[in-house]
Amino acid sequence: MNNKYQPALFWFAVLNAVATFLLIGLGGLVTSHEAGMSVPDWPTSYGYNMFALPIKFWTGGAFFEHTHRLLASVVGFLTTILAIWLWLKDSRKWMVWLGVAAFLGVVAQGILGGLRVRLQMDNLGIFHGAVAQTFLVLVCAIALFTSRWWHQSEAQKQISVPRGLRSHIFYVTILIFIQLLIAATMRHQHAGLAISDFPLAHGKIWPDASADAIARYNAERVETYNVKPITAFQVELQMIHRLVAYTIFLGVAAAFFLARKKLGGSDALTKFAFFWLILLSLQIVLGAATIWTNKAADIATLHVMVGALALLTGALWWLVAVRRTRLAV
Amino acid sequence: MKKSLLFLSLGLFAVTQFAQAGDLSGVITLKGTPPAEKELSPIKDDPNCSANYPGALPKTKFYVVDGSGNLADVVVVLKGISAPSTGATAAPVVMDQKGCLYYPQILAVQTGQKIVVKNSDNCVHNVHTVPKANDSQNLVQMPGGADLTFTFAKPEPFLKFQCDVHPWMFAWVTVVDGPYFAVSGADGKFTIKDVPPGKYTLEATHRKLGTQTAEVEVKADGAAQNFTFEIK
Repeated sequence: MNNKYQPALFWFAVLNAVATFLLIGLGGLVTSHEAGMSVPDWPTSYGYNMFALPIKFWTGGAFFEHTHRLLASVVGFLTTILAIWLWLKDSRKWMVWLGVAAFLGVVAQGILGGLRVRLQMDNLGIFHGAVAQTFLVLVCAIALFTSRWWHQSEAQKQISVPRGLRSHIFYVTILIFIQLLIAATMRHQHAGLAISDFPLAHGKIWPDASADAIARYNAERVETYNVKPITAFQVELQMIHRLVAYTIFLGVAAAFFLARKKLGGSDALTKFAFFWLILLSLQIVLGAATIWTNKAADIATLHVMVGALALLTGALWWLVAVRRTRLAV
Repeated sequence: MKKSLLFLSLGLFAVTQFAQAGDLSGVITLKGTPPAEKELSPIKDDPNCSANYPGALPKTKFYVVDGSGNLADVVVVLKGISAPSTGATAAPVVMDQKGCLYYPQILAVQTGQKIVVKNSDNCVHNVHTVPKANDSQNLVQMPGGADLTFTFAKPEPFLKFQCDVHPWMFAWVTVVDGPYFAVSGADGKFTIKDVPPGKYTLEATHRKLGTQTAEVEVKADGAAQNFTFEIK
């Protein structure tokens, strides 16, 4: 056991994090293609052992659902190895427990995904999505904690990050997580776009959500996917999603300007905050494009993936800031 | 002796009622221009399905209207009639999956009546029911696989059948707790047969256009009732 930088462990943790990110993308494709129930059985697939399903059945929506299950198995395998590796080779007890948490998290996530299929409960999909985002942050944090910078930072002079700035980043990151919960709720309504225009909403600044208006939206909509009818709740939820998006954008823009003011333009965290701002700008464009393309599956999935990156960026920024501040004292 | 007389009276009453029963018929029309149907372009996602359409891809069929404005796929149900479901003994209704589409897309059955789902395609489908009042089911059906049979115990309008392997495939089944209902055909016409004389409420529902009702009196020679849906 040692507390030194172990390149193999770090790069393995990075591999696990990348696989998890791709898994979120594949999960996004499953929901974007309304394919979550295309393979009705679990853990078998069409009665076959999951790993032995003939390729001729990997068609249509089943392609996305089945490959999602296979990649989930890979992530489960990688996370198990990572947890054992940390247990055997990392002297930091809290890291051992983080590895255990990751292992339990990936098992719970797999069971949640299976239950969502077996019990046919749309709401479980929301939890499945939320746990996925949390799990991504966890495995990326493990990669950060096993990195060369983390291990060598004690020996280097660190510049502290003012508490106000750290708090600001923390709360914006929490708001992004809440936004991802709202988004997961929207996606797992399986109702398509509740509002099909942007920047207006059903032709107005705030859309009419009366019973007559909802009946009219549904009558006018010509669905090419098996989505459910629109409800007033879904219309209002999308409006909340839009308002929270604007708030987050302003929060991230403020984070960048605050970081530049407090830490200077050349500080790595300021540059990271600038990257965050670019991500949020891209995310708003992708959100608009999701509507303008009538929720094209690829665009909607990119929106999910950039959302995950935005959460991750905020979380890692805050962890690095806390580390620097503690070492600077 | 008293019991025999009672059964005889009831039998005679039933025969008399049946003999006097008339057909309730009508035409459903649509006023206004419906939204344009869309091409089912997602069919291209599965070559097994798109191979069925070497030319133009099929379109959605939400508003099936002929040149005279006659509207198909409207479910017409007689309300206020006390008639138990005969679904358990009624002939099964067949729903086929062909060219990665459901045929028919709109149908109505009685509670307890069998719906036999066939797979005429050479690819796998899952038949996923998404009910509100009944229990949901999700079953795989392999190419050449055995027919699947569904029954529903509770009445429910527009219970959705969908395939998640091919998410452009969907159909709706209205489950009625009795034998008095019909679905309008391509000419907009519907007929509910053998309705006992009496006053009832007739309810016509289009999945997109909502519900209209009318009070009708059916006599021994039947009755007629038309409906006009409007798109504003």
